[in-house]
Amino acid sequence: MDSVLPRSGLWLGALFFAVIATALAADTGFAVHMMICGLAAFIGLVVTVRGWDPAATIRPVDTGRYDDDLIRLGVIATVFWGMAGFLAGLYIALEMAWPQMNLGLQWINFGRLRPLHTSAVIFAFGGNALIATSFYVVQRTCRTRLAFPGLATFVFWGYQLFIVLAATGYLMGITQGKEYAEPEWYVDLWLTVVWVAYLAVFVGTLLKRSEPHIYVANWFYLAFILTVAMLHLVNNINVPVSWFGSRSYPLFGGVQGALVEWWYGHNAVGFFLTAGFLAMMYYFVPKQAERPVYSYRLSIIHFWALIFLYIWAGPHHLHYTALPDWAQTLGMVFSVMLWMPSWGGMINGLMTLNGAWDKIRTDPILRMMVLALAFYGMSTFEGPMMSIKSVNSLSHYTDWTIGHVHSGALGWNGMITFSCLYYMTPRLWGRTRLYSLRMVNWHFWLATLGIVFYTAAMWVAGITQGLMWREYGPDGYLVNSFADTVAALHPMYALRVLGGLLYLSGAAVMATNITRTILGHYRQEEPLHSAAFDPARDVPLAPAAAI
Amino acid sequence: MATFMERHRKLERNVTLLAVLAFAAVTVGGIVEIAPLFWIDNTIEKVQGMRPYTPLEQAGRDIYVREGCYVCHSQMIRPFRDEVERYGHYSLAAESMYDHPFQWGSKRTGPDLARVGGKYSDEWHVQHLTDPRSVVPESIMPTYGFLKEQPLDQGDMSAALQTLERVGVPYTKDEIAAANEDMKAQADPDADHAAFLKHYPGATARDFDGDPKRLTEMDALVAYLQVLGTMVDVNAPAAQEHLAKEKGR
Repeated sequence: MDSVLPRSGLWLGALFFAVIATALAADTGFAVHMMICGLAAFIGLVVTVRGWDPAATIRPVDTGRYDDDLIRLGVIATVFWGMAGFLAGLYIALEMAWPQMNLGLQWINFGRLRPLHTSAVIFAFGGNALIATSFYVVQRTCRTRLAFPGLATFVFWGYQLFIVLAATGYLMGITQGKEYAEPEWYVDLWLTVVWVAYLAVFVGTLLKRSEPHIYVANWFYLAFILTVAMLHLVNNINVPVSWFGSRSYPLFGGVQGALVEWWYGHNAVGFFLTAGFLAMMYYFVPKQAERPVYSYRLSIIHFWALIFLYIWAGPHHLHYTALPDWAQTLGMVFSVMLWMPSWGGMINGLMTLNGAWDKIRTDPILRMMVLALAFYGMSTFEGPMMSIKSVNSLSHYTDWTIGHVHSGALGWNGMITFSCLYYMTPRLWGRTRLYSLRMVNWHFWLATLGIVFYTAAMWVAGITQGLMWREYGPDGYLVNSFADTVAALHPMYALRVLGGLLYLSGAAVMATNITRTILGHYRQEEPLHSAAFDPARDVPLAPAAAI
Repeated sequence: MATFMERHRKLERNVTLLAVLAFAAVTVGGIVEIAPLFWIDNTIEKVQGMRPYTPLEQAGRDIYVREGCYVCHSQMIRPFRDEVERYGHYSLAAESMYDHPFQWGSKRTGPDLARVGGKYSDEWHVQHLTDPRSVVPESIMPTYGFLKEQPLDQGDMSAALQTLERVGVPYTKDEIAAANEDMKAQADPDADHAAFLKHYPGATARDFDGDPKRLTEMDALVAYLQVLGTMVDVNAPAAQEHLAKEKGR
C-alpha cells in the first residue's frame, strides 16, 4: 500500500498534537480526553504501520459483492452500545427508586449518569444502527459499493471515538448543560468532521448508483443526515473559555437559547429517531415481509410533509414558559398537524403486510417490526396530544413525558433496530439462518412486557404528579407539599425498574443469539408453527339453535 | 396527480435536487420561529434589577451545570395559580437573559428552583446538599457532600467572564480583570468588599458553606442558589406596572 507513509504521518501528527494538548490542558477532564485521543491516534498508527485489519477477525469466507466489513462491525457496535445504554438506564432507574444507589460518588450521581444513558441509547445505539443500516441499504438499493471506503472506515471509528469522549466526559462532569446536546465544544467539532465525512460517503454512493431511481429509504437517510448536520451546527455554537480547556459558553442564552435548544432537541427526535428509522423501516419491512411498499404516492406525500412540518414543532417543549405565546401556539399547531404525516409512515409500513399478515404468527422478526410500527403510531399520536397546551399544562415537567419518550424509544426505535439486526446478521456472515428463532420470540415477549411495565408506570406516575401538584383543598390552599408527591411516586419508580430489567434481559437474549449466529452455531429447535393439526376439529361452527 | 408523480420522478433521479429541496424544506420552520426572538420586545427587554452573575455565582452556576442539576430541577415557573403559590411569581424572559446556557429544564423530579434564592438559610442548603434526607425524608436527591471537600477551582474566572462577555453578557473591563479577587472577596466575610460591591451592586458577601477558612465548591453553589430569582423585585410597583403592559404572554 503506497498510502501507508502519508497516513502514518497523519496519525503521528495527531498523536503529537494530543500529547501537546494533554501537557497544556487547563483542567483534568480535558487532559484525560486528550490522552484518549492520543491513544486512539496511537492505535491508528499501529494499525496503519502493521497493516492490521481489525474487521478481518469477523469476516466470513464469502464476502459478497458489497463493502460489508463496516456493517458487520456496526452490528456488533450496535448490540454492544445497546446493552451499555440499557444497563445505564436500569441503573439510573434504581437510583430514582432507591437514592442510596448513588453511593455518594460524584461520578455516578444521577445528574451525571442520566446524560450518559440518553446519549448511549440515542447516539451510540441508535447512531450506530443508523450508520450501519444506511451503509447496508444504500449499497443494495443503488447496486453499487460504498463511494469512499477509506472515509467510511473513518466515519465508523471516528463516531466510536465521539461516543467514548462524550460518555467519559459526562462521568467527569464535562457537559454544556443542554439536553441531548451535552458534549462540549471540542467533541462537537469532532462530530462535525465525522458527520461531514458521513454525508460525503452517503451522497457519493448515491451519485455512483447503477440504479436510475433513488429508493425512498435513501430520501429519508439523506434528510436525516442533512438536517442533523444543520441542527448540530446551530445548536452548538459555543465559545471555549480556553483552547486547551473543556469549558465553553453557548452563544445563545436565555429565551433564544431555549428555543434553539428545543428546535434542536425536538428534531433530534424528528430526524435522528424518526426519519432515520423510517428509512430502516422502508427497506427492511418490505424485505422481511417479501412484499412491495404499500403506496408509492403516500411515501412521497408523507416524506415531504414530515420533514417540512417536524422542524416547526420544537416550541411545544416550552409551553407556558417565557417564550412568546405566538411561538408556543405555532409549535402546538404544527405538532398536531404532524400527526398525519407521522401516521403516513406507519400506514405505509403496516399495509405493506397486505397479504402477508399470516407471517406474523410464524415469523417473530416480522412480528417485531409490526410491534415497532404500532408503537410508532401510538407515540406519534401521544406526542401531538401532549403538545396541546391544556394537556401539556398537566403533563409537562412530569414522568408522563418520560413514559412517552420510552414508548417511542423502546417500542419504535428499539424494536425496529432489533428486527433489522436479526435480518442483517445471518446475511452478513453468510449463515443460512439465525442461531435461534425461538430466542427471537423470547426477546419479543420480554421486551414487550418490559415496555408495558415501563410506560404504564410512567403514565400513572406522571398523571399522579401533575394532579397532586395542582390539587387544592376546600380551604383554598394547596393540598400537597412537593415532598408528598415525591413519596407518592416510589411504587411507580420501583415498577419502572422491573420494566427496564425485562427489556434488558430481552436484549441480553438477543446479544447471545447474535453472537452465536456470528460464530456459526445453529440451535436445534422445534419450528415456531408446530401446532398439531386435528382434522376432527377443522369443521365449520355449528349454527346456533333457533329459539 | 399523475403529473405530480411524474414531476417527482425527476427528484428521485437527481441527488443534488433532492438534497437541495429537502434542505430547503427543513430550514423554513426554524427561521420563522427563532429569528424574531432576537429583536421582538418581550424577549430582549431589560427589567430593573437584572445584573450579570458575580464570579462566585457564575462558578456556582458552572457547578450546577456540571452536576446536571437541570435534569431534575426546572428554573421556569409557569403562570398557573398552583405554581405561583408554590414557587412565586411566574418567570420572566429577562430573568434568564444572562444565562449561558439557559437552565429552564424539562423535568421536575425535584421542585422548581427559579426563585429558591433567600427561601432557605445557607446552613439549610449545605445540610440539604450534604444529606438531603436529613432535612427532607422523602427526598430522592443524590448526596453532594463532596462539594464541601473540594476547593473551588474553576480555572481562571477572568477568562470565564471574558468569554461570557463575548457571548453577550455585559461585564465591564474592570469586572473581568478583578474576577478572581471578586470571587474570593464574596465568600470571605472579613475581606474588603468595597470594590466587589461597586462591580455588583446588591450582591451579598458572606461565608456560604459554614467554613470561613476555605473557599469550596459548596460556597459557590450555595451563592448561586441564593441569588436565583432575587434580582428582580416582581412585587415592586414599577415591575407590576411593566407586567400589566406586557403583551403576548
